[in-house]
Amino acid sequence: MIKVDVTKKFHGSSGEIDFRLIHEFKSGEFWTIFGESGIGKTTLLRMIAGLELPTSGVIEADGEVWFDSSKKINLPPQKRKVGFVFQSYALFENMSVLENLTFAQTKRDLPKAMQILEKMGIAELKSRIPSTLSGGQKQRIALARAIAQEPKVLLLDEPLSALDAIMRSKLQDELKKTHEDFALTTLMVSHDRSEVFKLSNYALWLKNGTIFKAGTPKELFLSKNSSSKFSFTGEILALEQRDIIVVATVGIGENIVEVVLDKMEAKELAVGSEVSVSSKAFNPIIKKS
Amino acid sequence: MSPTFWEPFALTLKLAVITTVLLYFIGIPIAYYLTYSKVRFKSVLEAVIAMPLVLPPSVLGFYFLLAFSKDGFIGAFWNKFFGHQLAFHFDGLVIGSIIFSLPFMVHPLLNGFKAVEKSQIEAAYTMGKGKFQTLLKVILPSMKPSIITGGVIAFAHTVGEFGVVLMIGGNIDNETKVASIAIYNEVEALNYTTAHIYSLILFAFSFAILWFVYMKLGREVKGV
Repeated sequence: MIKVDVTKKFHGSSGEIDFRLIHEFKSGEFWTIFGESGIGKTTLLRMIAGLELPTSGVIEADGEVWFDSSKKINLPPQKRKVGFVFQSYALFENMSVLENLTFAQTKRDLPKAMQILEKMGIAELKSRIPSTLSGGQKQRIALARAIAQEPKVLLLDEPLSALDAIMRSKLQDELKKTHEDFALTTLMVSHDRSEVFKLSNYALWLKNGTIFKAGTPKELFLSKNSSSKFSFTGEILALEQRDIIVVATVGIGENIVEVVLDKMEAKELAVGSEVSVSSKAFNPIIKKS
Repeated sequence: MSPTFWEPFALTLKLAVITTVLLYFIGIPIAYYLTYSKVRFKSVLEAVIAMPLVLPPSVLGFYFLLAFSKDGFIGAFWNKFFGHQLAFHFDGLVIGSIIFSLPFMVHPLLNGFKAVEKSQIEAAYTMGKGKFQTLLKVILPSMKPSIITGGVIAFAHTVGEFGVVLMIGGNIDNETKVASIAIYNEVEALNYTTAHIYSLILFAFSFAILWFVYMKLGREVKGV
């Protein structure tokens, strides 16, 4: 279990942020840290890993104190036993895939490293140099390498953001399977709602430097205050007046739809506003695309 | 050809090799420190290291000469421990060469260190690797081209330096008479043929070394 109770002042994308977070992540759970960019998601991961110093507070893992500002304890990243998968993967180009894994181990154990690669179905890449791998392969190796560390907690900083939609979806499945296969405690940063839904048992939604909501993805994203059967969150890309109506073009995930509004409704909206598009009284038709 | 014909070259080679090897041991810690430390007086240190780039070699040589003589503060120390002064001695040439070639070693290394992704270093830290091990196994191997460049330029610059060497070393056979001094010597004595041969050898040598490096670097960069 990872206990976090920290404060941190830092410069976010929208100016000075007073970050304050109290939370416990239980062993074996898969948490996503969700929220706008610059809100402190990555900073939270980095503070847990010991790569960044909280202004004050306590971080504990399985009863072991990693950071305590009042007792002046600050374990260096070397002693924290975290596996960190960076957005850029940070694979070592001077080592083969297998050497990347054995380097990550506390004690070099070749059979075990091979076992991890085999279990993840990437054993055939073992002698390759990272620069010759595709994005998806690099991501898998970075994950395998983090697992080779036998970490108490696996920290993933938007590990899939650099990949295209198809590869992302495939790797989401693999990530979930890996989390279960190796019985890991995983914290993943993401700003993609569908990813949060697909992968995690629980999610933390950060807003204004603190927890806005915490719970299962369902609890977080399916708002209970409307009886809608069908609801999406999107962003207004364009508002266009046509005779007496206004047509709003809304981007929802990868899709773009047009919604007809009357002038009064359109008044409150602007390009860039976040909106929810919902419908009540009809049955959606689903067919294979 | 006289039996001492090759002496200046052997001496030059010995000086350049020793200087380059020692410069790696000095330059890598300095460049590492300059890249990763956040102290304020860093710019002062950077300026001091870059000084040999702008100072006339004779100025540098003059101060070295004062410092290296029996009464100079380095020279006196050396005299006490090694029983000879530094000026007009091979040891003095080595120390002088290290100082005037330092920027040629440190600057490429600095570029190399700065190009190493921070996340690579952080990844190694989370794997329990200490700073020294990270430097040796992760940082240095990923900046090989900079290490080669630094070494070769420092080596070539040591081979080619004239002013400083003349000031602190003089012109003593098989002690301080390196190739560049030997050429000057031969010209002064109107031995143009020998001067020609010496010059041509240095010319060919310098070209060969640079060619080799660019060939090697080109391959390195392409990742083969």
